[in-house]
Order: sequence, then structure tokens, then C-alpha cells
Amino acid sequence: MSPLTGTGMLFWLAVRRDRFLLSAWVLALTVFLFGTTHMSVVGLPTHRDLLSETHFMAANPAMRLLSLSAGASVGAYAMSRSYVTIAILAAVMSAFTVVRHTRQNEEAGREELLRAGVVGPAASVVAATLLALAANAVLAPLLAVAMILNGQPVGGSLASGAAIAGVGVAFTGVAALAAQLSSTARGANGLAMGVLGVAFMVSGIGNVLGHVDSRGLVAFSAWPTWLSPIGWGFEIRPFGGDHWWVLSLFAVFAGGLIVAAARNAARRDLGRGLLPVQTGHAEASRLLDGPFGLVWRLQRTAFVSWLIAALGSGLIFGSVSGSARSLSGNAQQWYERVGGSSDMLAAFITSMVQLAGMMAGIYVVQVVLRLREEEARGRLEPLLGSAVSRPRWALSYLVTAGVGAIALLVAFAAAMAFTAGQAVGGTSGFLSDVTTAALAELPAVVVLAACVLALLAVLPRWSVTLSWLLLAASVLLSPTFGTSLRLPEWALKVSPFGHQRAPALPVSWPAIAALLAVAVCLTAIGLVAFRRRDLIVG
Amino acid sequence: MSGAIDVRGLVKRFGAKVALDHLDLTVEEGQVHGFLGPNGAGKTTTTRILLGLLHKDGGSATVLGMDPWRDAAALHRRLAYVPGEVSLWPNLTGGEVIDMLGSLHGGFSRTRRADLIERLQLDPTKKCRAYSKGNRQKVALVAAFATNAELYLLDEPTSGLDPLMAAVFQDLVREVHAAGSTVLLSSHILSEVETLCDHVTIIRAGRAAESGSFADLRHLARTTVVVKTAQPIVSLADTPGVYDVRVKQGHAEFSVDADELNAVLERLVDLHIQSLTTSPPTLEELFMRHYQEAAVDDPRAVGDARAEAGAVR
Repeated sequence: MSPLTGTGMLFWLAVRRDRFLLSAWVLALTVFLFGTTHMSVVGLPTHRDLLSETHFMAANPAMRLLSLSAGASVGAYAMSRSYVTIAILAAVMSAFTVVRHTRQNEEAGREELLRAGVVGPAASVVAATLLALAANAVLAPLLAVAMILNGQPVGGSLASGAAIAGVGVAFTGVAALAAQLSSTARGANGLAMGVLGVAFMVSGIGNVLGHVDSRGLVAFSAWPTWLSPIGWGFEIRPFGGDHWWVLSLFAVFAGGLIVAAARNAARRDLGRGLLPVQTGHAEASRLLDGPFGLVWRLQRTAFVSWLIAALGSGLIFGSVSGSARSLSGNAQQWYERVGGSSDMLAAFITSMVQLAGMMAGIYVVQVVLRLREEEARGRLEPLLGSAVSRPRWALSYLVTAGVGAIALLVAFAAAMAFTAGQAVGGTSGFLSDVTTAALAELPAVVVLAACVLALLAVLPRWSVTLSWLLLAASVLLSPTFGTSLRLPEWALKVSPFGHQRAPALPVSWPAIAALLAVAVCLTAIGLVAFRRRDLIVG
Repeated sequence: MSGAIDVRGLVKRFGAKVALDHLDLTVEEGQVHGFLGPNGAGKTTTTRILLGLLHKDGGSATVLGMDPWRDAAALHRRLAYVPGEVSLWPNLTGGEVIDMLGSLHGGFSRTRRADLIERLQLDPTKKCRAYSKGNRQKVALVAAFATNAELYLLDEPTSGLDPLMAAVFQDLVREVHAAGSTVLLSSHILSEVETLCDHVTIIRAGRAAESGSFADLRHLARTTVVVKTAQPIVSLADTPGVYDVRVKQGHAEFSVDADELNAVLERLVDLHIQSLTTSPPTLEELFMRHYQEAAVDDPRAVGDARAEAGAVR
């Protein structure tokens, strides 16, 4: 008998479980690329527009963090705008899919039930990776179609689809191995996302360190980009050479990881990971004596990773602020619109601070949603059986989220002020300005957190989806993205992030008061509704 | 005759912890064999090794004449398994899960499936997220008993069932037993083991503390005697093999080692017996003895159980 016995049946089980979820993922990514391509077509009516926008993308190091312009064409421009985002989403889709059907099954005890049947030990890993690979195989041509429908050349469109799906394929492999290393699904997902973060940073750094051709339209990366799967997608150069051979890197990389994962699965004990399971303290520390302590303990690891990300991005954005001063033309206009000031340095810092605010927004949404996860998994029930009231439990999530957001914003501001001061001079002035500006984003972040709380109190079953949609909408309507999308000014006010433009403009106190009032109302609604409704497990 | 399960000197370590310490376990074909032991004694670990889900670190284990690790898939065609804690796919219905597990097993009987669903009063159209613990267990029971297995590995299969359903479960075990199948039943519900099993193995701290038929085990334990004699009972407490003597109103109650029963009764006959009841040791008494000794020997037993569970979950 083979370690792969039963793979077919497990594959169809996985298809049965994920048919809607993966269809939605693939469709959403396709629509997203269709939208950005369409915007590029409409937004660049003349060749001059195309040349100036492409030059902005290619020549600006900060923009190269996210793109590697392949030349002055609408297709290349659309890829510069959306490749990294879609590639990261394809990687997330693939990694979560693999972990869901491997380590998550195993952790829950379902794998045990399956493996008591006529099922080989490597069948789950192979079935899960086949599903993720199939999703990417469907995704690639659909993405190409999304661009072709916008009148883009077929070759470049196919290369674009392949580049994005290739990243998905690479992270199918990463997740397969991560699920072997960690003995928990949460750990495996975290590991895969960590690799994704590193891959993004490495390719970004490689691009920033690269150079531009003499006309300033085509960017070339430095060598680090070749170390990252996200970088390989850049190096395919869709609409700028279509280097198909680069796809073999994805295949070799993913193939090697999947084979290693399957071999490991065939050898190891069920339930075990390669990384050691740490034993903990026999007694709770003083910190763990109440709801706040528990919530903090559950968030500790995630918070530390976020803190590192905040510090790292602050350092990077601060260090490129010197070159922001010399921006001109279209880039200048963009930053003026986003930052609300013709002082390029202030406008640049403003847009970065807004970005940090949105990062903190993602963090708080995740923290407050944890309350719903605890409820759904049945872990909240025994806690509410204790002497602590429901509102107090809910509040402890909200407060933990808020305090964490303050820490992230201050860390980002301090890091950015430090490197900006190094680059331009005047660290102490930067420190107070940037910190104030970053903290001015806090009310917007708190509104998001309160909104999530209200959602999970009123619509528990839908709260997870709705909360992430809400966050996505807030980000898309924010000045940073909304301006690129050429949305009218009033639309940007809908997003909680559209109300502050510090340090370019003075902090708006009425906006802070209004946002806090909204947050208080939403919190009150959330607490009352959460106390009145039934607990909903599952 | 080769046993359905033949385990010799089985060793399993989780890091520094020794979960199974030279365990011996023999289950003959056609037996309904009870597998008892305190939490953390190694019952679940043993079951998982027998299923080929865990590697053994030493000793030998043969199930239906096959190596459970090497021949896992081929072996699983011939056995059925019900775990104590059943976790299912939240967005599949119970009926779908039963069919899927059945086909993963390599085939099952449709009529038997329908019969079992009716007898266990399971609604197969509900999504698994809506099932209670007992209902999830019923799903696993239907999936297991709808197959025509030679060996049933049951790890605390009734821990979530109500007494009515537990009785149905007992009928199911009797039916497969009558059909010639072998059953290894791990359970904490002693009355259930007592009614269903003809043989038991008691495991303690990873070793077999006691193994054999009920008759053998009872022989090892003390019989409780309540007696009324015409002449007053004195000096019984000094008699070898007699324990826990209580005398009240002409009645004496004591327990006695099986080996000494004859000698003690001879002495009582001299005192002119008016009434006599003897009760054989219940499984509970046998069992409590081992549990208590386990607790005294190894206060970490509970912690080990947690570590063991953590390895799989």
C-alpha cells in the first residue's frame, strides 16, 4: 500500500468543503484585477499621461517597494498598481487552504477519523496541495481574461495571470511544509504568513535598490528580488518581455517543498510537529488573573509581530522621506491630494501616517474579532460562567485592541521620525510632529474596533465577513487609495481614515470629537446587544 | 490461534515522558475485551499505535496479523474505529460524513446504515456544527458499525450518549460479537464493561497491571462476606486473609482473599452459621484499587494525560 492511498477521496472532500469559499476567492481576485486594469485604461487617456505615470512608478524608490515597472504600457502600469496586492492575496488563499485541510483537520481530531479509514499518511497533504494548486490553475487564466477583456495583449495578460498564480503555487508549498513544522493550525498559518512577509520585504528591497533605464520608464531590480517568490513574479516582466522560463522557479520551489512535506507526513506521528511544543507554567502569573490578562495573553504573540512590522515599516518609510522632497509632476500631484499640502515632505509623511493608521486598523479588527472566535469555538461559555459580566469581557477586548493600537502607532511614529531625521535632519521636531499625527489616527482606529464589536453583537454569524469587508471599504475609501481610484472628496470622508491630514495640516479636533462620539455610540450598542443575545457556538 | 491484537513490550515516549512502558495486551479473536485504566494511563496512546497513527518506540504490536504502521491502509479495511472525542466538518451534514467515512473505509452496508440511523435516532440531514457531543458520537458510531469490520476499536464511545442510546450501543456490540467480530472497548463506564466484556486488561502508568477473564480477576480479589452465626464471632480479625471486619448485632461483615475463603468458612461453620451471603468483588472494587494505587504511585498521572492529549490535538 502507498502513503498516498485515499488522496482522491480526500481531494473531493476538500473540494466539497471549499467549493464556495475558493470560488469566491478566485472570483474576487479576478474582479479586482479587472477593476484596476479598467481604471488604468480609463485613467490614462493620452500617451503623455501614460508616460508620466509610468515614470512616477519606475523612478520613485518608494513606489518600487510595491512595483517594478516593465515599460510604458497600460498593461504594465496596471500590473505595477495591483500585482503585489493580488499576488499576496493569492498566497494567503493558497496557504490558508493548505493549512485548513492538513494541520487544522489534525488539530481538531478529524484527521484521526479519516486516517482510521483506508487512507495513507501523506494523502491529506497531497490532497490539500492539489486543491490549492487547482485553485491557482483556475485563477491564472481568469486573471488573463480579466486583462484581455480590457483590450490588453494576450501574451502579457497570460504572463500576468501566471505570475500571480505562481506566487499562489509557491505559497502552497510553503504552507504544506509549515503545516508539518507546527503542531497547530494557528502556528502553521502564522509561519506561512511570516514567510510571505519576508518574501514581500526582500522583493521590495531588491526593487528599491535597483535602477531605471535612461528614459525612466523601465525599472530593473537588484539581486535580492530573485530570492523571493514575489520577486519571481516581478521578474516574469509581464508586458515587458514575458520571461516564461521564470515560471519553472515556482514549480521547482513548490514541488520541492510539497515533496518534503509529504515525506515528513508519511514518517511522523499524527498530531506532532517538527517544532517542539513548549510546555508552559503550571500556575498562572499575576497578569493572568482577569479578563484583560487573558485577552492580552491570547494576543501577545500577534502583537509582538505587529510591533516589529510597525517599527520596520516606520524605519523604511522614514528613510525614503528624503527623496520625497524632490518629487515632481504627477507624483507631486498625487501626494498633494493625499497629504493635502504642497510641502512634499509633509505630504509624504502624512500619507505614510495614514497608512500606519490603517495598519493599526487591521490589528484592532483582528483583536476584537477574536472575541467572536472564542465564542464560536465554545471557549467563551466557561468564561462567562465565571463572575465576570459579558460587557466586561467585551470591553477587555476593545481596550486591549485600543492600547495595542496606541503602541503600534507610537512605535511607527518614533521609528519613522528617527530615520526621517537622519535623512533630512531635525529628529526631535519630527518626533513630536509624527507622533501627534499618528495618535490623531487613533479615533478612526477606535471607530473600526467599536464597529466590529457592534457587528459581532448584532450579527454574530456574519460578523467576521462583514468586519473584514468594512475594513476593506475603509481602506479603499481612504485618501491613500481613494485618491488613486480618483474618488470624489466627499467619498473619502466616508472612511474613518479620511478626516486627518497631520502633520501637513493641523490636527482636526472636531473630527476627533465626532469619531470618538461615533465610537462611544457603537460600543454602547455592541455592549447592550451582546448582553441581550444568546451565545452562538459554531 | 493468533490473537486479533498482539502487543508485546510496547514502548512509547513523548519527549522525556514515557507514555507506554513495556505494555502487553493480547486480545483473542472473537473476544469483547475491556481496556481500563485511569486518565493518562496510556489507553488512547495504545489505541493510536494500534491504528498506525503513532510510531512505537519499542516492542511489537500486531493487529489482525499485520503491522499497524506499515500496513495501515490495508489493515483499516478490516477494522472500524470510534474515538472518544468526535470532531466533524462543520459544514457537512451527518449523513454526508457517514457516507464519506464509509467509503474511506472501503465500503459499507446501506441497509445497515439506515437501520443504525433509526436505532440511534440520528438526524442525518443536520449540519455537523449543529450536533451536540452525543450526536457527533452517534455519527461516528453509525459510520463504524455500518462497516462489516473484523475488529472494532472503541475509545470511550459512549461518553456523550444518554442511557437509552448507551443501551442501543450495547446491543450493537453484542450483535457484532455474535457475528464473530473482535471488540476492544476502552471505557470508564464500568457497568458497561461488566455487561459487555468477557476479558479485561487494566492498564496503569503505561503498563498492564492486570489482565484476564473476569473469573480470573475476581479470583485475585477479595470476596465480601456477611454472616450471622449462633455463637458470637471473636478473633476473626487475626485470621490470615481477612480484612475490614465489622461486627454488629450478631452479624459480621468482612472481606477475604479468595485463597483463604475455604479456611475462613471452615472456622465459621464451627460457630454454627445461621445465614451467609457472599458477594464477588465488583469491577468497580477491582478498578478502584488500581486507580487508587495509581494515584499514590504517580501523582503526575493527570499531567501526563494532558501531555498525551496535547500531542494529538
